[in-house]
Amino acid sequence: MPGRTPSLRPRTGRAEGPRRGPSPTATRRVPLALLLPALLGVVFLTLPLIGLLVRTPWSDLTAQLRGTQVLQALRLSLITASLATALSLVLGVPLAWLLARARFPGRRLLRALITVPLVLPPVVGGVALLLALGRRGILGQYLDSWFGITLPFTTAGVVLAEAFVAMPFLVLSVEGALRAADPRFEDAAATLGASGWTTFRRVTLPLIAPGVAAGAVLAWARALGEFGATITFAGNFPGTTQTMPLAVYLALQDDPQAAIVLSLILLAVSITVLAALRERWMTTA
Amino acid sequence: MIMTFALRASRTASALALAGAVVLAAAAGCSSGSGSGSGGAPAAASSGAASSAAALSGTVTVFAAASLTGTFTKLGKDFEAAHPGVTVKFNFGGSDSLAAGIVSGAPADVFAAASTTTMNTVTKAGDAAGTPTVFVKNQLEIAVPPGDPKGIKTLSDLTKPGIKVALCATTVPCGAAAVKAEAAGDVKITPVTLETDVKAALTKVELGEVDAALVYQTDVKAAGGKVQGVDFTEAAKAINTYPIVVLKDAPNATAAQAFVAFVLSAHGRDVLDAAGFQNP
Repeated sequence: MPGRTPSLRPRTGRAEGPRRGPSPTATRRVPLALLLPALLGVVFLTLPLIGLLVRTPWSDLTAQLRGTQVLQALRLSLITASLATALSLVLGVPLAWLLARARFPGRRLLRALITVPLVLPPVVGGVALLLALGRRGILGQYLDSWFGITLPFTTAGVVLAEAFVAMPFLVLSVEGALRAADPRFEDAAATLGASGWTTFRRVTLPLIAPGVAAGAVLAWARALGEFGATITFAGNFPGTTQTMPLAVYLALQDDPQAAIVLSLILLAVSITVLAALRERWMTTA
Repeated sequence: MIMTFALRASRTASALALAGAVVLAAAAGCSSGSGSGSGGAPAAASSGAASSAAALSGTVTVFAAASLTGTFTKLGKDFEAAHPGVTVKFNFGGSDSLAAGIVSGAPADVFAAASTTTMNTVTKAGDAAGTPTVFVKNQLEIAVPPGDPKGIKTLSDLTKPGIKVALCATTVPCGAAAVKAEAAGDVKITPVTLETDVKAALTKVELGEVDAALVYQTDVKAAGGKVQGVDFTEAAKAINTYPIVVLKDAPNATAAQAFVAFVLSAHGRDVLDAAGFQNP
């Protein structure tokens, strides 16, 4: 059977329709036992940001922005975080599908393994990457001797380090979306003769698009802030591997004021991008 | 519904981070608590560190340059053996970041830096009690993998194409010394990475990720057979001096002074000599 099923295009709203209960119209009273810790949580999370804003030497802001090193680091950060997100999407979405849909022994173990980078200190992740992909690493030595490719201290190394840390966020979020999606649409597609790949492309992917977008945003944000794995695996050199978090850390030793300004720039850029993405992609969530 | 899993995942991560922060805070509270407890007995301050070991108690927190890791760990153990009531805690790192930490109020008793520049950061901020004492000197050396596979003999060999070099960032003493050595030899090295402390640069050689790094003689010695040292003439123009000082806001000033005296003692001298440090 040829996999041409043009009318198979369920919309997200309809797919979720029957599962959603009536939305609570009356505002419920918030129990104090929840409200107090919640407010404390807000303070805990926002106070450091306020500290950053209060101590920012606003007059230095433009001078710092004009420094070539800052723009270089910012550019590198944005490029590497985006590439790491792309890599995570290409490898992570199929992986999430495997975890959510396929039945095979050791699936739980696999899921546990994939979440290891979440709990691993990033510096340890960087060391592990060196041992795997470094010049004497278990795979890296062949990359070097057969193809002349060395990954440490390159921009590609930064992308790999960031993807290593960020991909689990995407996989977990996409897997969650897959589990929440109604499998009957996929079954229907299959009965109508669609191949597995066509079903995934035309039915599953549109269904879980918001989950994929959310996962990608999480992964991007994590990659943008990545420090430990990057400095360990990719080193620190302006222009090739010095991302914004590394620049902030080094500036902190030398010129704390500059470090504050750099932090603020990174914060502003990331919030702007995330807000823009949220507006566009994540309104349904 | 779709978002909940993502949210739950990130919430777990932040819960873990919070747990970590709580543990850290508890540890910090513990050390400063015991420190201030002993600081409340200043009567024992001048009774002499050499004989009356029983007068000292609490914790001494020492911020020391990464290149002192081996020697100071040993000296700390010896000091604890000589003064059973005292625990010595170390924070080893790049001298610049240690100095930055002290200036912004980290609860340390003693600061041992790998350069006068980084020590000046602390003295200028008025955080040192008294004048720092220079206790050792250290000289740069080229660290290469055992057998020197790339045949590196001089500083200018590091500028050859295809040679991957790790240097320290210029804010760290070993990086500042490297800049001086480069100027003395009129060579310009293009490193692949600028590491945040000398041990990180050395590790990159040990792992085989770079072909050479500019580190201290003492680091090469401490690494045992894992790296090999190559002396170069320009190193004589880039010698670092290591000052040590008790800090003004030391939570345990009495024991801090005793520790500094211990480092400057004949035994301290022996330990530092054995590691390859030079007399000031």
